[in-house]
Amino acid sequence: MSETKVIEVAGLTKKFGDFKAVDNISFEVEKGEIFGFLGANGAGKTTAMRMLTGLSKPSSGKGKVAGFDVLKESERIKERIGYMSQKFSLYEDLTVKENIRFYGGIYGLSRQQIQTKTSHILEELNLDQVGTKLVKSLPLGWKQRLAFAVSMVHEPEIVFLDEPTGGVDPMVRRQFWEAIYQAAELGRTIFVTTHYMDEAEYCDRISIMVAGKIKALDSPDKLKDQFEAGSMDEVFLKLAR
Amino acid sequence: MFKVLLAFIRKEFYHILRDKRTLLILFGMPLAQVLIFGYAVTNEFNDAEIDIMDYAKDETSEQYINHLQSSGNFIVRRVLGSPNEMEEGMKAGKAKLVVSIPDNFSEDFYAGNSIQIQVITDGSDPNNANTLVQYLTEMTQSFQRQKRNEPTDPYTINVASRMLYNPQLASAYNFVPGTIALILLIICAMLTSLTIAKEKEIGTMEILLVSPLSPLLIILGKVAPYALLSFVNAIVVILIGFFVFDVPVLGSTLLLLSMCFLYVFTALSLGILISTTVKTQQEAMMKSLMGLMMPSMLLSGFIFPLASMPVVLEYIGKIIPATYFIRILKGVMLRGVGLNFILFEIAVLLAMTLGFLFLSWRNFKIRLE
Repeated sequence: MSETKVIEVAGLTKKFGDFKAVDNISFEVEKGEIFGFLGANGAGKTTAMRMLTGLSKPSSGKGKVAGFDVLKESERIKERIGYMSQKFSLYEDLTVKENIRFYGGIYGLSRQQIQTKTSHILEELNLDQVGTKLVKSLPLGWKQRLAFAVSMVHEPEIVFLDEPTGGVDPMVRRQFWEAIYQAAELGRTIFVTTHYMDEAEYCDRISIMVAGKIKALDSPDKLKDQFEAGSMDEVFLKLAR
Repeated sequence: MFKVLLAFIRKEFYHILRDKRTLLILFGMPLAQVLIFGYAVTNEFNDAEIDIMDYAKDETSEQYINHLQSSGNFIVRRVLGSPNEMEEGMKAGKAKLVVSIPDNFSEDFYAGNSIQIQVITDGSDPNNANTLVQYLTEMTQSFQRQKRNEPTDPYTINVASRMLYNPQLASAYNFVPGTIALILLIICAMLTSLTIAKEKEIGTMEILLVSPLSPLLIILGKVAPYALLSFVNAIVVILIGFFVFDVPVLGSTLLLLSMCFLYVFTALSLGILISTTVKTQQEAMMKSLMGLMMPSMLLSGFIFPLASMPVVLEYIGKIIPATYFIRILKGVMLRGVGLNFILFEIAVLLAMTLGFLFLSWRNFKIRLE
């Protein structure tokens, strides 16, 4: 396997009874890439991501994440990935610092490492003033960026983001994407699902899922050329038809 | 590994200490329950108010009335003037009982004629009515013995009963074991199923499952604080029973505590099982209240005896863990029995625990696949 491929998937399929939620998908993701996973609700994005993160076992097909087999080595994979869902994944009744400490703790970071990480995150997000405040008192945009920072507390190679910007206003979304770019610049691979077509433009490459299958996969510009469309919205509409 | 678990348990304590509802269930409920069962729900009577319809109005009837009051169970509310007034006090809910003493009481009594004393009670409250009639019958018999001075009446059979293990028939002897069983069940099963359901609801469960933590460690971290707290609760209830309500612990304390520990384990595994079948806290609450609280309270033999139930309910009672735990508690605390008398109950609880854990594990597997 090549050094730069951090995700390799071939013929991955997930069946629930007779229904194929994910139908024979294959793709590769390069290190440091921002890889978008697009599709309408129910297209199979979340199911595909759950298989890659070890939350769900594939019915058939092969997959490697961070160099480890998704079928047999999901424990090794878990140590190397971060995950953030649309629900923000923080404990509202814990303070900002307690959240960082807890997530650092379950990834086996030492007390020293947790302290360094905590001050680093608080500084970077300008949260110094509210470190001892409960998370529920923070505005939505801050919570979201904190959740993103916390999902990387153990310096993972790949971060999976499951519709991280659901229900957030465009201004905050823009800020969030800046944070994503920063992480990618550090060599971290970002795997992000979304159903906002404008966000697709921010990705290096995107795959568009329709009814469990990948219908298109390329950079946003090339996709627009290929489908002779002015925007990703149009590309998506042409595919869905 | 141990450090990770510690981080988890610390976080769990933050949750518990910052949630008023959990705190209330943890510390308010046991206290309230013990006090309610201890002081309000009791089958003992002191100073029950009674009315007297005295047709005789002679010396002996007066002595009889005084004798009734001397027990401390009864207080004469009023002596009625006419039989029409007999129902009045009962309708108003004031008089618990009316005793009607017939004419020529004194004469008949010393002549050795048979006398009928009529006792009217409030049947809308059958348990209390029964108890009161029992008290009254006892008092009447003792009055008879005392007055006639005939200890060896050849024509009467005297039943000398003695309530072994609970000579005063104190209801605390029943409710302290019952309360322990209920409290441990509520705290362990309900709170753990709630707290696991909460992680699912707010989406943090997914994050935990994506982390390198093994599912076993997640569950252990979630239930350990509750196990500890409910164990403390059990000890508090036993102490309150001992010092406030004089409920003894005749058997070995070590055995008693290890039995509490076993039951905590059973209740926890039940809570985990519930949590694997629910998605929201509300669902968990409903399932543990309806599926655990109600049957454990009504069908475990705590309030109603199992033997007098219809067969179906009796069988349901037999699959409730609390049934066996209450038997163990009564055995160890009140009768002072050792391990060999409760082996069957222990085996049942162990089998149930393993069953619950197996089902939880299977549910969990199915969800992953």
